[in-house]
Amino acid sequence: MLTRRLIACFDIANGRVTKAVQFQDNIDVAPADVLASEMYRAQIDELIFYDIYASPEKRQTDIETVKKVAARVFIPFTVGGGVRDLNDMYEVLKAGAEKISVDSAAVRNPEIIRDGAKAFGSQCVVLSTQVKRDPDVGRFPSGYQVYIDGARKAAGLDAIEWLKRGEALGAGEICLNSIDNDGTLNGYDIPLMKKAEAAVRVPLIASGGAGKPEHLADVFSQTQTQAAIISSMLYSPRLKKNYTPKELKEYLSEKGVAIRLFV
Amino acid sequence: MTVIKIIDYKAGNAPSVMHAVTHLGLQAEFARSADDLAGASHIILPGVGSAKATMDSLEEMQIITTLERLVLQEKIPFLGICVGLQILFEHSEEGDQKCLGWLKGNVKRFDNARVRVPQMGWNEVRFTDDTESGYFYYVNSYHAIAAESTDIWATSDYGEKFTAAVKRDNIFAVQFHTEKSGEAGLTLLRRFLSC
Repeated sequence: MLTRRLIACFDIANGRVTKAVQFQDNIDVAPADVLASEMYRAQIDELIFYDIYASPEKRQTDIETVKKVAARVFIPFTVGGGVRDLNDMYEVLKAGAEKISVDSAAVRNPEIIRDGAKAFGSQCVVLSTQVKRDPDVGRFPSGYQVYIDGARKAAGLDAIEWLKRGEALGAGEICLNSIDNDGTLNGYDIPLMKKAEAAVRVPLIASGGAGKPEHLADVFSQTQTQAAIISSMLYSPRLKKNYTPKELKEYLSEKGVAIRLFV
Repeated sequence: MTVIKIIDYKAGNAPSVMHAVTHLGLQAEFARSADDLAGASHIILPGVGSAKATMDSLEEMQIITTLERLVLQEKIPFLGICVGLQILFEHSEEGDQKCLGWLKGNVKRFDNARVRVPQMGWNEVRFTDDTESGYFYYVNSYHAIAAESTDIWATSDYGEKFTAAVKRDNIFAVQFHTEKSGEAGLTLLRRFLSC
């Protein structure tokens, strides 16, 4: 049976992991490859790295960090931030990543999804999207609007319509981050995930809001969401209690969630 | 002497396999042409992307004749990964592609009405021999249907039971990404490289 996945998310600046609350106020945590290796040993299923300054600084993703991580962890990982064209994608994959995440770049140029899927296969292209509740259901029938550029700028797109378009263009997986819930530690946006799973058939990743183990059990038991992103719970110095991936998996396994767990 | 050759083509993920082999304390070389395969004690064919892109790449590299001589006649241990398993069969539904035909059977798409495609994540793999069963990482929309049951080395379930790994003489192939399946995957890779 295919298991649900726990994905550790790292925001990277200068090769180091940082932690922000609602896209602001970053604090330094650890070198990316060191923390990645620690999470790998503690049974995390997958990793995602966002090079958070690559886009604003208009430079390519930090390839050296990707290579360092690839030499130390033997689970799949995704890289995002600063990926704008096929050549950027090729560099990231050749450095040892499995998947490329496209976000703002895909909103500006949706063809990047199609081109990437054609060149490397759909499984390599993760469409990551920042969405926020929007009461203007005339313009945004799903009740959610897409935001870009570190969630600072409204894109004018309905979230669910955008996911459907991304899937049609060839995205192999969709990571949906709730701006409203991000950093609140109050749980995932479950209504959002339910809308998404009814609209698309590719695997979905829930992101934003995880603060305690119950939140993972909630999203996995109440939706078909295949994977969930965790970050603060694992390593945020702001939280009194951090959990290891293994602790979270033991909890989920007791709750009856299908999860990869070994002794 | 162990001389490991990893076939490196444009759409493949040869660097990830290289990282895993290096981590095991072994040395490997990328093979980008038929000449590069000379002297191989073990050959690994990694795979991501489509059966068609992979077959096209191998044909472009003009590597198939040499590969077939080394694997089918000289019986050099061979490991195919993901699409590297699929192209060993006769035909793939993906792009209606004729494949190598080393093994009898063909490659079909998962049923999108029953399961989300691609299958992406960790699934339980049950081996038919004493290899330890466990969770391995998959990313695939297509899976092989081996015509000869003796070729089947392992199975998994995704809406239906499918061929997770095959083994025939010196030919080994896995549908999952053993290089990205944590310690279980590394153990399997080490076992292949010590045969």
